[in-house]
Amino acid sequence: MSLIELKKISKLYESEGEQVAALQELTVSVESGEFVAIMGPSGSGKSTLLNILGGLSHPSAGNYFVDGIDIYGLANEKLADFRREYIGFVFQSFQLIPYLTVLENVMLPLAIISGRNGWQKEAACQVLDKVGLGSKERRLPNQLSGGEQERVAIARALVNRPPIILADEPTGNLDSATGNEIMALLGNLNAEGQTIIMVTHNPENAAFARGTIRLKDGRIQV
Amino acid sequence: MRLHNISLNNLRRRRGKTIFLVIGLLIGVTTVVALFALTGAMEEDIGKKLDELGANILITPKSRDLALNYGGIQLSGVALDVQPLRQADIARISSIKNSENISIVAPKLIAAARVNQKDALLAGIVFKEELRLKKWWKIAPKTDPVAVPEKEAHEKEGMGKMAGGAGGGKSAYELVNSLMEKDLLVGAAAAQHLQLSEGQVVNIQGQAFEVRGILEEMGSQDDALIFADLGRVQKTLKRPDEISLVEVAAFCNTCPIEEMVTQISGVLPGAKVTAVKQAVESRLETVRHFKRFSLGISAVVMFIGSLIVFTTMMASVNERTREIGIFRAIGFRQGHIARIILLEAFVVGFLAGVLGYLAGLGVSRLTLPFFLPGQGIAIPWDIGVALGATGLSILLGLAASVYPALRAAWLDPAESLRAI
Repeated sequence: MSLIELKKISKLYESEGEQVAALQELTVSVESGEFVAIMGPSGSGKSTLLNILGGLSHPSAGNYFVDGIDIYGLANEKLADFRREYIGFVFQSFQLIPYLTVLENVMLPLAIISGRNGWQKEAACQVLDKVGLGSKERRLPNQLSGGEQERVAIARALVNRPPIILADEPTGNLDSATGNEIMALLGNLNAEGQTIIMVTHNPENAAFARGTIRLKDGRIQV
Repeated sequence: MRLHNISLNNLRRRRGKTIFLVIGLLIGVTTVVALFALTGAMEEDIGKKLDELGANILITPKSRDLALNYGGIQLSGVALDVQPLRQADIARISSIKNSENISIVAPKLIAAARVNQKDALLAGIVFKEELRLKKWWKIAPKTDPVAVPEKEAHEKEGMGKMAGGAGGGKSAYELVNSLMEKDLLVGAAAAQHLQLSEGQVVNIQGQAFEVRGILEEMGSQDDALIFADLGRVQKTLKRPDEISLVEVAAFCNTCPIEEMVTQISGVLPGAKVTAVKQAVESRLETVRHFKRFSLGISAVVMFIGSLIVFTTMMASVNERTREIGIFRAIGFRQGHIARIILLEAFVVGFLAGVLGYLAGLGVSRLTLPFFLPGQGIAIPWDIGVALGATGLSILLGLAASVYPALRAAWLDPAESLRAI
C-alpha cells in the first residue's frame, strides 16, 4: 500500500457563476520516502493539489488516503489532528510568526501536544541544529536572512517528525545560491527517508526530486 | 511552549495594539470605579445630611390615654400620670447593637408653664442636639439693634455654613456653642402671643430667663413653643430627671430602621418607639435615585469599553487571518485558535481591571474635593471593589471577544492561507 493515494480527485470552483475545474479526476500514488516535484504553469492546479494533500481543502469528488486513512472522511477537528501528525508544511515566503523567536516558531506545532518538561525545546533544538541554525534560536524572524528564515520554516515542518513534508515554492523568495542550499537540505532530508512533495516552477529544483508530476488544466500531463 | 505563551508573546511584542486594547477597557473600568467610589462617598454624605434633617425615630412613654400631640404623633406623660422617660434612658439608647447608626438623640421635656403671667408651652431641650436636628431653624432678624447680646461676639467661625434664608435670618445652629442655661429660643407664634423680643428677660415660674433669639415662622408646632435648656426646665418645673419624648436621628442607609426600633424597644421596655417611616423612605428613595443614575452611567461607559474591545479584537482577527491559517495548517484545532484569542482577551481584561481600579481610585480621590468640598470623606482601598472591577473587566473582555474568537476558529484554513 502506498503512503499517499489520490483516487479520481476533482476540485471545482465557482467563478462568476460558472464552474471551473481546478483538478479533474486526478489519480496519483506516492510511496514512502519519495521526493516528488509538482510542476506546471500558473492556474494548472498545483496549489489546489497541495491543499488537498495537506488536508486543508475538501475535494469535490474522489478519495484521498494516507496510510490507508480516508482523510476527507474525517471530522473537522480530526482533520486538524491529521495535519499535525502527518504533514509538515513549508510555505512560500517562509510564513514564520513574527512575534515568536526562532525557537518558539519551531516549537509551535508542539504547543498543543503534552509531554514532559523541556521535551519541546529538546526536539526544536535538535531540528534547528539539523538545519544549521542552532546558534540563532533566540532571534526574531525579522533578524534573520531569507535563507535562514526558510531553514526555520523547514525546521518547524520537521519538528513533530511528520511522515510527509509539503513544500510550496520553497526557494521562491531566495537568491539562487541560497535556493540551492535549501534544495540540498531537502535532498538530504529525503536521503534520510523523508517523503517530500514540492510544488515548484523551477526545473533546477525539480532536478532534486526523484519524480515529477506535471499538471496542465487540472490534469496530469503524460 | 503552550498556547498561553503564544497569547502572551503576541500581546508583549505587539505592544502598541495591546496598549490600545487595554486602554479601551481601562477607560471603562476607571469610570466605573471612579463613579462607584464617588457615588459611594456622595451617598454617604447625602445619607448623613438627610439623616440629620429631622428625626426618624420617636420615643415616648407608653400610655393608654394620650393627651398631647407633637409633630402629628400623640404624646403622653405631660398631662397624664404615666411612667415618664428618665435621663438614664438616654444612655440606654446609645447601648443598642446598632448604636453607631445613631446620629442625634434629642430628649425633651414639654410642659405648660406660666411665662410673664401668661400660659405657654415650655420645651426643655438639649440645645446642641436639637439645633443639629433642626438645622432649618432660623433666628428672625432683630428689630432692636441695641439689644445685641455681647456673647454673640464669641460665636465660633465655621458654624455658620447654613446661614441665610427666605426670611433673611441666620441659622439658629450658629448659636449652638454660645447658648447658655438661662437662654431661651422662642417660636414665632409664642413670641407674638407673649410679646417677647430678643434680649428680653422673661420670668418663668419665678426663674429669670433671657430671650436669645426669636425663631422665624416654620408652620409647625415649634412656632408655639418656648425652648429652654432641658436641665433648667426640669429644675424650674420641679420635674427633675423627667423626659416627655426623645427624637432620634439615625443613619438609616446601612441599617433597616425597624431593626433599630426593635433594639431601642428592647432597652426601653416602658417606652413606645415609633419609626417615622415616611421620612426614612423618602431619604432612602433619594439615595436610590442617585445610585441608579450612577449605575446607568457606568453601564453606558462599560458598554462603550466593550465595543472598543470587540472592534479591536475583530480587526486583530482580520489582520491575523494569515497567522491563523498557519496555526490551522500545522494542526491547531478550532478550539486551540479560540483559546489563543480568549486568553489574550483574559490578559487584556485583567490588566485593564487592575490598572483601571488604580486609575479609578486615583481619579476619585483627586476629584472628591471638587464634588464634596470640606466633607473630610475618604475613599479607602477596597479589595472587594478591586476584585469586582477586575472580574468585571475580564468578563467584559471575554464577552466582547467571544465572537471574534469564534470567527477566527471558523476561518477556512485554505482560504486563510490564500491570504498569504
